[in-house]
Amino acid sequence: MVTVSAADDLERARLAAEQVVDPEIPILTIADLGILRDLVVVGGRVVATITPTYSGCPALAQIEDDLRRALDHAGFDQIEVVMTQDPAWSSDWMTDEGREKLARFGIAPPSPVGEVSCPRCRAASPRELSHFGSTACKALMVCTSCGDPFDRFKEY
Amino acid sequence: MSAHPLVGHHLSEAEHLLAHADDNLVLAQRLGEWISRAPELEEDIAIGNIALDHLGVARALYTRAGELEGLGRGEDDFAMSRPEREYRNLLLVEQPNGDFAQTMVRGLFFDAYQVGLWDGMAGVDDTELTGIAGRALKEARYHLLHSSTWVVRLGDGTDESHRRAQEAVDRLWRYTDEMLEELIPIRRHAWGRVVSAVLAEATLQVPEDPYQRGGGRRGLHSEHLGPLLAEMQWMQRSYAGLRW
Repeated sequence: MVTVSAADDLERARLAAEQVVDPEIPILTIADLGILRDLVVVGGRVVATITPTYSGCPALAQIEDDLRRALDHAGFDQIEVVMTQDPAWSSDWMTDEGREKLARFGIAPPSPVGEVSCPRCRAASPRELSHFGSTACKALMVCTSCGDPFDRFKEY
Repeated sequence: MSAHPLVGHHLSEAEHLLAHADDNLVLAQRLGEWISRAPELEEDIAIGNIALDHLGVARALYTRAGELEGLGRGEDDFAMSRPEREYRNLLLVEQPNGDFAQTMVRGLFFDAYQVGLWDGMAGVDDTELTGIAGRALKEARYHLLHSSTWVVRLGDGTDESHRRAQEAVDRLWRYTDEMLEELIPIRRHAWGRVVSAVLAEATLQVPEDPYQRGGGRRGLHSEHLGPLLAEMQWMQRSYAGLRW
């Protein structure tokens, strides 16, 4: 029987939790998105704090289930997932790595300065086709250079 | 028969949040009626997304109201088990969708109001609520961008779209006072500036008709809310506590 320290427990929980992906954009983890706000392990009990993105995002319940499952698989049997409303999530919380993954996946990442370029040919100044796209967090664009339509993750 | 419990009674924080939750739920249900019927696919998706935003805000506010009330009621109890007279939504949001112009004009009036409402909640002493309002504010601004774009396009469009947009403004203006009464004067004026600017760009006239209707916040609704709730609640009414 090996005794693990509290720090090891936390590391194990962190590795498991950070691998949970967004079911709508499965190339992004909840860590990339900035949804995972806090993780605490006290005496074998793990408490994960997550924050909702868009008010109506239907992925949230799925994320909560997946997070529980991931922590369960990591060997925790006392799991609590806490939803925090404050402070409100912002797309500014997305990590640089998350932004690069999005662009590689063909989705223009959120841009704080509103500069959107085509994820395929990199041409600037695309045209917006629709304010709303396939999910609440995206808008539908079309590149004025290569003509390809693409999703843009909206600034939020 | 005694007076309705909320007449002349200062609203508790929970009742206050319930009223705003009701606005969002009823409008989400109304907007849902457009799904598969919108003029184009992008618009179907847009309206669906806006409805989801409102539904999400309603759920968060119901949950918070239930916590503050402390009687063990949650979002489903508030949404599915209250009769029409206990709903406190504004008359504006329960009005039928009408044509696309009417839905967009209703959106313009309501979205501009919600921008002021959520912005005003940013400083309240309840971090759960400021978080909910912080997200809802970003969404309301985006909804306003959408509705105002369409109102301009319809108003300043063909003779037919102009006529319909003006009819929508004339029909819905009477429900705006009830809504604006809740905003402090500076935000009420901001609403007037935003809406006037959009209507002016859309070449639409602000009605001079001073006639206004109210009562939604006291549970006195138009004839349109009952059928909406009947459709929304019938499953839980028929099979109380049903889960799936």
